[in-house]
Amino acid sequence: MSSLPLADLTITDAGAALRDGETSSRELTDACLTRIERDAARLNTFLAVDAEAALRAADEADAALARGEGADRPLLGIPYALKDIFVTRALDDGGRELPGGLPTTAGSFILEGYRSPYASSAQERLEAAGAILLGKTNCDEFAMGSSNENSAFGPVRNPWDETTVPGGSSGGSAAAVAGGQAYFSLGTDTGGSIRQPASLTGTVGMKPTYGRVSRYGMIAFASSLDQCGPFARSVRDLALVLGALAGHDPRDSTSVDTPVPDYAAALTGDVKGLRLGVPREYFVAGMEPGVEASVRAGIDTLRALGAEIVDVSLPSTDRGLATYYIIAPAEASANLARYDGVRYGLSAGAEELWDNYDNTRGSGFGAEVKRRIMLGTYALSAGYYDAYYVKAQQVRTLIKDEFDAVLDTVDAILAPTSPTVAFKIGAKVDDPLAMYLNDACTLPVNIAGLPGISVPCGLSDGLPVGLQVIGRAFDEATVLRVADAYERAAGFADLRPPAPALT
Amino acid sequence: MASISRADVEHVARLARLHLTDDEIDRMQSQLSNILEAIETLRDVDTSQVGPTASVIQLENVMRDDEVRPGLTREAALANAPLRDDPFLRVPTVLEEGR
Repeated sequence: MSSLPLADLTITDAGAALRDGETSSRELTDACLTRIERDAARLNTFLAVDAEAALRAADEADAALARGEGADRPLLGIPYALKDIFVTRALDDGGRELPGGLPTTAGSFILEGYRSPYASSAQERLEAAGAILLGKTNCDEFAMGSSNENSAFGPVRNPWDETTVPGGSSGGSAAAVAGGQAYFSLGTDTGGSIRQPASLTGTVGMKPTYGRVSRYGMIAFASSLDQCGPFARSVRDLALVLGALAGHDPRDSTSVDTPVPDYAAALTGDVKGLRLGVPREYFVAGMEPGVEASVRAGIDTLRALGAEIVDVSLPSTDRGLATYYIIAPAEASANLARYDGVRYGLSAGAEELWDNYDNTRGSGFGAEVKRRIMLGTYALSAGYYDAYYVKAQQVRTLIKDEFDAVLDTVDAILAPTSPTVAFKIGAKVDDPLAMYLNDACTLPVNIAGLPGISVPCGLSDGLPVGLQVIGRAFDEATVLRVADAYERAAGFADLRPPAPALT
Repeated sequence: MASISRADVEHVARLARLHLTDDEIDRMQSQLSNILEAIETLRDVDTSQVGPTASVIQLENVMRDDEVRPGLTREAALANAPLRDDPFLRVPTVLEEGR
């Protein structure tokens, strides 16, 4: 077994120890719960935890393991956390609260007190895989943000340095995995909300191809861009989780019915002969020198492993931000129209319906969500629709076509994940545009619907840096293969945040 | 050029059914103007020969048999309603009496 503390093991090592009888799911769950409790005030990662339900599920997993059911179920007995964007069933058919049912808030006051009557597909699939749900993680309100400072329930802090952000919007899910509070977690990624926090917390995070994982029960932000994906401590761990999540779901009309390969089997450790493209547009002004150095060193490592590194060009890259900040807010403004104070969530209690809409939404949504609703409504309004929305959809075609053309000539693309390491809490809250630039290297991948992973590639100023690997649509296997070969060679797999100072 | 007036902000807020305070309107006016200025750089891109992409996957109609399946019960569907008058949702007055 690894010399790391129990709570910091990979799924692979913890799972081997489980199957060998060296530990139990109850011990793993206890180790996570102890960290969650220890760091609740320090990191603010979780919005809801049900320790009793988790321990009960762990005991069931231990019984199943004792019956020898662990052999082909790699997640059996492994504790995990869900971003509070996934609904978790908390009501029975009679509308009564289920014991152990967790609330769902999307990080917003407008859903405070909401209890979902149904479960997301992601939760159902992980439950079927035998994983143990610990709780729901903090996030930017409705997944809108790059720092987790937009949560109605306070910011999450980065386990690497509590004065810095963990990234966002899936900041709680990233920090939980980095901080030994969960062996893996799920996030959502609309413009970088998994990969950017993975980069800032030294974890592995993947946005699968649009359509690869069901979005059923995932609270919608921008429906043509949103995708669900895992955070983990190694590429192999992530491959195991993706294998449990991926596949067609008739309840999501955008989920694609295409075979799911054995992702763990794709991790050959061999990248000899693979052609990997490095787009020059991703190394631009504004990137921290320490980040660029780490990413370039990562590319050199893959070259030394026998991959052919090819200089490529994605000329419309600098149009990505503008394209994204039309399409995503436009879709958000439509999706968030459902929060009307009638069927669920907050209601301002005004006497007249129109006032009730205005006041419920005005008091329930936070500043960033309001900004995006306004931007999206403006872009879709009469007289501006063609100039903004249709134009952005046309540029989307250009961006996608450029990726497709480059990926005809290379097997995958290498790029930085985030142009900076974790920044100070409060540093960018008053400048929305500066905040949006955090996602400049990730959001083109959502625009094109492709799979992308962030894998740790070292430290700069003591804080983690991520290398991004982008692949062809539905070719997560090659993306994982490249990231895994890199991870094995690079020697950053055992990076963990420093233990907190004792007070 | 990408400046948005206070009246524009108020108009869009009305469309979005979003009450904004005076301070919020002020801040929104300057922030939206900045963001729109960045966004308007798309105008320089030649898209005369390019079709729009609404979704990256080719959506097709999916047919299935018209069978009854379990769904949400009425009780579960109503459980989160701020106001209810069983078996209905209750909403504030929409029209004044007598109109």
